[in-house]
Amino acid sequence: MAEIKERLRRTMMFVPGNNPAMVKDAGIYGADSIMFDLEDAVSMAEKDAARDLVYEALQTQDYGDAELVVRVNGQDTPYYANDVRAMVKAGIDVVRLPKAEDAEMVKKLDADITAAEKEFGREEGSTMLMAAIESAKGVINAYQIASASDRMMGIALSAEDYTTDMKTHRYPDGAELEFARNMVLHAARAAGVAAFDTVFTNMNDTEGFYRETEYIHQLGFDGKSLVNPRQIPMVNKVYEPTKKEIENAKNVENAIKEAKLKGSGVISMNGQMVDRPVVLRAERVMRLAKASNLIDEEGNYIEK
Amino acid sequence: MEIKETAVAGTLESSDIQIMLSKGTDGIAIDLESDVAKQFGNQIKKVITETLTAMGIQNAKVKAVDKGALDCVIKARTIAAAQRAAKTTDEPAWEVL
Repeated sequence: MAEIKERLRRTMMFVPGNNPAMVKDAGIYGADSIMFDLEDAVSMAEKDAARDLVYEALQTQDYGDAELVVRVNGQDTPYYANDVRAMVKAGIDVVRLPKAEDAEMVKKLDADITAAEKEFGREEGSTMLMAAIESAKGVINAYQIASASDRMMGIALSAEDYTTDMKTHRYPDGAELEFARNMVLHAARAAGVAAFDTVFTNMNDTEGFYRETEYIHQLGFDGKSLVNPRQIPMVNKVYEPTKKEIENAKNVENAIKEAKLKGSGVISMNGQMVDRPVVLRAERVMRLAKASNLIDEEGNYIEK
Repeated sequence: MEIKETAVAGTLESSDIQIMLSKGTDGIAIDLESDVAKQFGNQIKKVITETLTAMGIQNAKVKAVDKGALDCVIKARTIAAAQRAAKTTDEPAWEVL
């Protein structure tokens, strides 16, 4: 069984798989996840070259702590099988399946990854997978997709194909995505996996980008897919916890420590019981605070 | 692996290298164009030669136009060009991956 680690996934940056300059520099922007694209960003004539390039880059380039994801070509293409085999051999963290419509497609990817892990002597279960939901059918089947495999790391909404399928297009207020966003998010939470919001492509509309990111942050998404590294600090800013949230989380941590020292099974803070959701939220706040460089090693808030 | 036709891989964009491979008779002959040929010419040729040799190509004419590619890019473009020249792109070149 793949070990799906709880980690921050605020930003998943798309990197065109056949562009050496972008592939080489992808690690320097501080994205939580880097997604090398072999699918839509690569023309038919360059599918082989992009696969070779991403493979070789993964062998030699240092991408730091970023989680490395590859979007393979769809299961209805002749490139899919070799994409999966090559990327598993390369030791990728996550294989992303485009256009996921039902659980069967995820099960097929799971089986193909398992076969590739055996073929190339990789530890069985070491490769995670994720699915992009890009159609009405995918949205309706979101929970089945999210829970179809032990390797599942998360599901992402891809709005361009989805809105086309829905006979609409994207509007500034995002009303056309309301149902899909909530379906994908609920499916992810119910299945215990991460949820990623779709890309925002108008780089000139900073206000719109912040509005959308604040909205999906409020809903509860883990993060957002991005097409431009300039958007990374913007998303991180939205996900940054406040001083009050950090201090509260620190108090929760202290209360846990105190309860452990006392050998008490019940954690109390300011005379009130601290239950599991409060603990989990505090842990997430502290992870975010650490990633945002807002706390020191002991977890104290750093005044600016 | 046998070169069946002339083939190209890579672009002339920054950080890339364009490799054109055609039939040769006298070992691996590389014609390299690069702004950093003085500093890295030998290393670039070494990566190309080693990659082709590992793919079982002993004779080839190579025209390489380098735009500041890293070794991993040079290797990837050489593999792609060789597979296109040998018409074996249906199956990744596992011997060098």
